[in-house]
Amino acid sequence: MPDPTTAPLVRARALTKSYGDFQAVRGIDIDVAPGEAFGFLGPNGAGKSSTMRMVAAVSPVTSGELRILGLDPATDGPQIRAQIGVCPQEDTLDTELTVRENLVVYGRYFGMSRQRCRQRADELLEFVHLADKAGGKITALSGGMKRRLTIARSLVNEPRLLLLDEPTTGLDPQARHVVWDQLYRLKQTGVTIVLTTHYMDEAEQLCDRLVVMDQGAIAAEGSPRTLIEAYSTREVAEIRMGVGDNAVAADKAEGLAERMEVLPDRILLYADSGDAVLEAVHARGIRPQSTLVRRSTLEDVFLRLTGRSLGE
Amino acid sequence: MSTQPGSLEMVARQWDYFRTLFRRTWRGSIVSNTVLPVFFLLAMGLGLGGYIDDGGSSTIGISYLAFIAPGMLATNAMTMAVGESTYPIWVSFKWEPVYSARIATPLRIVDVLNGLVAFLLVRLVLTCAVMMAVLVAFGTVSSVAGGVGAVLMCTLLGLAYALPVFALSASIDDDTPFALLFRLGIIPMTLFSGAFFPVSQMPEALQWVAYLTPIWHGVESARMCTTGVVAWLPLAGHAGYLAVWVVAGWLLARRQFTARLADG
Ligand SMILES: Nc1ncnc2c1ncn2[C@@H]1O[C@H](COP(=O)(O)OP(=O)(O)OP(=O)(O)O)[C@@H](O)[C@H]1O
Ligand SMILES: [Mg+2]
Repeated sequence: MPDPTTAPLVRARALTKSYGDFQAVRGIDIDVAPGEAFGFLGPNGAGKSSTMRMVAAVSPVTSGELRILGLDPATDGPQIRAQIGVCPQEDTLDTELTVRENLVVYGRYFGMSRQRCRQRADELLEFVHLADKAGGKITALSGGMKRRLTIARSLVNEPRLLLLDEPTTGLDPQARHVVWDQLYRLKQTGVTIVLTTHYMDEAEQLCDRLVVMDQGAIAAEGSPRTLIEAYSTREVAEIRMGVGDNAVAADKAEGLAERMEVLPDRILLYADSGDAVLEAVHARGIRPQSTLVRRSTLEDVFLRLTGRSLGE
Repeated sequence: MSTQPGSLEMVARQWDYFRTLFRRTWRGSIVSNTVLPVFFLLAMGLGLGGYIDDGGSSTIGISYLAFIAPGMLATNAMTMAVGESTYPIWVSFKWEPVYSARIATPLRIVDVLNGLVAFLLVRLVLTCAVMMAVLVAFGTVSSVAGGVGAVLMCTLLGLAYALPVFALSASIDDDTPFALLFRLGIIPMTLFSGAFFPVSQMPEALQWVAYLTPIWHGVESARMCTTGVVAWLPLAGHAGYLAVWVVAGWLLARRQFTARLADG
């Protein structure tokens, strides 16, 4: 009997998902510990949602092993789903119901009493700052409000494990910070969070540990800090050349940095000191239109691992 | 550990959802589901019927109004059931992922299907009961038991149509099959199922086609009930035949719901 306080809430081994003969998830291993905030970072089509839907005990596993809260989704789906909260990538709110009814009715699906559902709905509307919209229509909410309501709905049953598929995609920066703050507070209360994102700042802000996913496979795993240390340098110097001058400049800059990435619009030079690299660039007679020195981010890790930037 | 809630409990959990919707829509739904058959009763039953009965053609043994009243009850149940199991269901699959939201909770796909069936069952009983009140007002029902029996048979008839159509609605991406279903299925079945005239008026081959349709069994059994001329064995046969459609339709619908939702 594994220790319930440390046994992983999600455990996957050689997990795959195929749609017809297309394999969207190609054999991934993951362990999510209780209390952890775990992230999947990856570009469009990486297989993040496919994985999340299997973990949510909704989409059947094609092959491999998957245990959620120690249970097998193939046989114990309802018990698993009773204890988890799911915020899907696409909002699935019911437009025939009001804002508050969406929460009350959803709570009933978990077998909660009517009174408890109403109480919980009011608490959650406060929590996501939508109390003034309680009686309003779903169609009258902005995209960000719908997202917050979907997050609130995922909390109706006080889940131990919260699955959030791109919780902040489509939100403006301010709304994203509101959501991050709420997720942070949930984490403080001991809720385990699994989220997907293609925002590296979101991954850095929220995740204790994350996997970089690309084309259905895990390319690397670790905390944001350790990933950056392992796969990038301390700093990055970015130089922008005129149109078409990238290749020539890249040739000239060869060997100046530990590593160089030539992107369509700029050249990235990886080194412990960005300023030192920029001096060397000038010394070689390269004249960029603009330069920038910054710290490495997960975006650089992603570029290194996949040869592509996250937005592509 | 495995204390899985039963199927009935899972349907009950969806009741508040349906109640919330129903509170907003029941008035309009009853009016729109009874106005047309009432017009038919007035035009065909009283208008046309008065004309025929005066002409002294007594081959059907009862007044024409009493003849078509149970036919209206049955065809109305069929029309309502098909209406409720086509576009509303299809739209939810295609445009409004509300079923995906439900299966992220302890509800299983089959529970979502059963919830929809239960809700339709309630509305069928109500619609048929309101229609029955109209029939009573027209003086075409011979006994209370007959009236109750006819409501039950027509409710069963409605489900016999709704469940296979649920399966269809879960299967199609484009809604053109619905137009075909109404024009080549529901309307001919309304006209040639014994609701307006005995199927014995038709060529024998067509009579056999009529016997295969659930609607003929619904009309025949409802007519037995309202006129009070009951033949028990045929009545049981009609009920059994309709039940086969319900069960087969449910199995098919469960399969199609699963195919559509598991990886939607
Ligand atoms: N239901 C489905 N049927 C067929 N193919 C699918 C289905 N769902 C996803 N796919 C395919 O599987 C691959 C992975 O998709 P998935 O939605 O898991 O990616 P993702 O990482 O969530 O991407 P995004 O960032 O765009 O949400 C894609 O190539 C997608 O086209
Ligand atoms: Mg996705």
